[in-house]
Amino acid sequence: MLSEGRALPPAGAGCINAAVGDAVLEVHGLTTTFPTEAGAAAVVDGIDLHVARGEVLALVGESGCGKSMTALSLLRLVPKPGRITAGRIVLNGRDLCTMPVPDLRRVRGREVAMIFQEPGTALNPVLTVGAQVVEAIRLHERVSRRTARARTVALFEEVGIPDPSARVDAYPHQLSGGMKQRVMIAMALAARPALLVADEPTTALDVTIQAQILELLRRLQREHGMAILLISHDFGIVNALADRVAVMYAGQLVEEGTRRDLLAAARHPYTVGLLRAMPGRVAPGTRLAEIPGVVPSLEERPPGCRFATRCPLVFEPCRRIDPPWTRVADTQAARCHAVADGTA
Amino acid sequence: MSEPGEALRVEGLRTWFPIRRGVLRRVVGHVRAVDGIDLSVPTGGTLALVGESGCGKTTVGRSVLRLVEPQAGRVWWDGVDLLALPPREVRPYRRQLQIVFQDPLASLDPRLRIRDAVAEGMQAFRIGANEAERTERVAALLRRVGLAPEQMNRYPHEFSGGQRQRICIARALAVEPRLIVCDEAVSALDVSIQAQILNLLRDLQAEFGLSYLFITHDLSVVRYLADRVAVMYLGQIVEERATEALFGDPRHPYTQGLLAAVPSMDPDRPEVAAHVRGDVPSPAAPPPGCRFHTRCPEVFARCRHEAPAPYAVPTGASRCFLSDPKVA
Repeated sequence: MLSEGRALPPAGAGCINAAVGDAVLEVHGLTTTFPTEAGAAAVVDGIDLHVARGEVLALVGESGCGKSMTALSLLRLVPKPGRITAGRIVLNGRDLCTMPVPDLRRVRGREVAMIFQEPGTALNPVLTVGAQVVEAIRLHERVSRRTARARTVALFEEVGIPDPSARVDAYPHQLSGGMKQRVMIAMALAARPALLVADEPTTALDVTIQAQILELLRRLQREHGMAILLISHDFGIVNALADRVAVMYAGQLVEEGTRRDLLAAARHPYTVGLLRAMPGRVAPGTRLAEIPGVVPSLEERPPGCRFATRCPLVFEPCRRIDPPWTRVADTQAARCHAVADGTA
Repeated sequence: MSEPGEALRVEGLRTWFPIRRGVLRRVVGHVRAVDGIDLSVPTGGTLALVGESGCGKTTVGRSVLRLVEPQAGRVWWDGVDLLALPPREVRPYRRQLQIVFQDPLASLDPRLRIRDAVAEGMQAFRIGANEAERTERVAALLRRVGLAPEQMNRYPHEFSGGQRQRICIARALAVEPRLIVCDEAVSALDVSIQAQILNLLRDLQAEFGLSYLFITHDLSVVRYLADRVAVMYLGQIVEERATEALFGDPRHPYTQGLLAAVPSMDPDRPEVAAHVRGDVPSPAAPPPGCRFHTRCPEVFARCRHEAPAPYAVPTGASRCFLSDPKVA
């Protein structure tokens, strides 16, 4: 028994909202491998992504699923000895995988910028935060120091740093975690990139500060039409910011859909399990649903469906055959045999 | 003294850390990590102590166990004030009060096999007649926390984060404690693993009648596990309530701001509200008056110079003038 609309093309199968002309980022079959004792292992294994202009796409998964490595791959910043071994990364119509490094340097920051979980480690401790933003501006534009400094103050103001003309002369250690993340966002905004890659941007912050940063990102995205690829493990943050969501497990995408699709009607047993395991969702007094076991290591990835070892719906084909993508709604698809069979 | 139904009672606890400067290391000030707090952990129940980084919640846990020395206050346990005991008389109580930390890898000796890590406390408190008996008990404990007893001869690095936290829980249980301080015990774990550990903690509580002082920054975990919640801000408890009352009808503006800032997973309510502005002031120089007044959306003149007392509210207390029936 096959569900309707099961036959999606194998390439780009994850991109179901592919309004191609409108894409700021298109990723096809991205594969990033690391050498291990047992041979090359694909930490990112054939990922397809699609981010429209001004859209927020959330890439969700637990530690080790490959979401951060996907983000680094997009900017061709994979740490050695890892490397991108297959796929295309098309940003504003140009393939970054084949781009010469000098061109790539111009693209980074100008067309795509990135912010990280630990703003403290991304800032140089011996330079004032203002000097670092000035440097970022002057890397992309031939402007005087004075102009760049004035722009920095304006950027600080825009990201909500109080007393911006004084704070430009502060060193990173004089700022709180939330303020440092605002500085990173100001730096990322300097060249008005079309895409911001935000890798767990609020995970290291307290909840009241996190709310401030989420509000800021939402405002910037709306005011500038900036697309955001949000990497997160937290469905609450995804709900606050994302338009669409892609769920990642053991190097692969397993489900994709709009924010509402996934939060209200997730279909893949992994997405369903993750949502049920969140303590914020259960009624008081009831027991949390567990996903048994742990994510398989690179060496232990099972054949067939990678979630089969932990899946409550596992049946005969799961342990042998890679599950197909099944479209379950106009905007939603899942990669699961049970969904394809209509039993999930 | 503790009252019936109370496992642990903390009164007026104050733990300040000196700030030293210069070659003479003179004390130039104090970090007022814990600045006069009262707490009560119900017998066989859970008190959650919630707050953001730097509020002093971890220092409370350590002070209660005397891993740091408080300057003032009482910690009542079984009719004894633990803080009044000379250091060597604290030792027997270490068996009854255990702690589980956030980072299980940092709290396990990398060179110690799991069997020895779990058996260490038993040996110290002479639990089990001999090594064979202790090994048998380790096997039973590992099985109870969801690990295979055959794994007891492995080292900590051979386990995942969730498994290591299970090992730390087994180690705490090994000495038959009556209360466990869980200091961000599930905060470093992935959601699917966190659910496993939370369920385990709940099962163990029911099975052994354990009391928990559950220290965390994560409000959703609190709602799942706690009977009562104390919200901490800059060294003080600002609100203390029964869990459902706190979540359903928070009274202190800080609690209200915290709850509003937690991203919901309801697709119809995506927005988070950043009611609480700015950053936490330094605990070395807390603001005068109400400590929260610099960030409070409802601040008025009185808050800036006068410190509010805890006012009674349904099922607990709130340290805010707005909770004073005479004001509201």
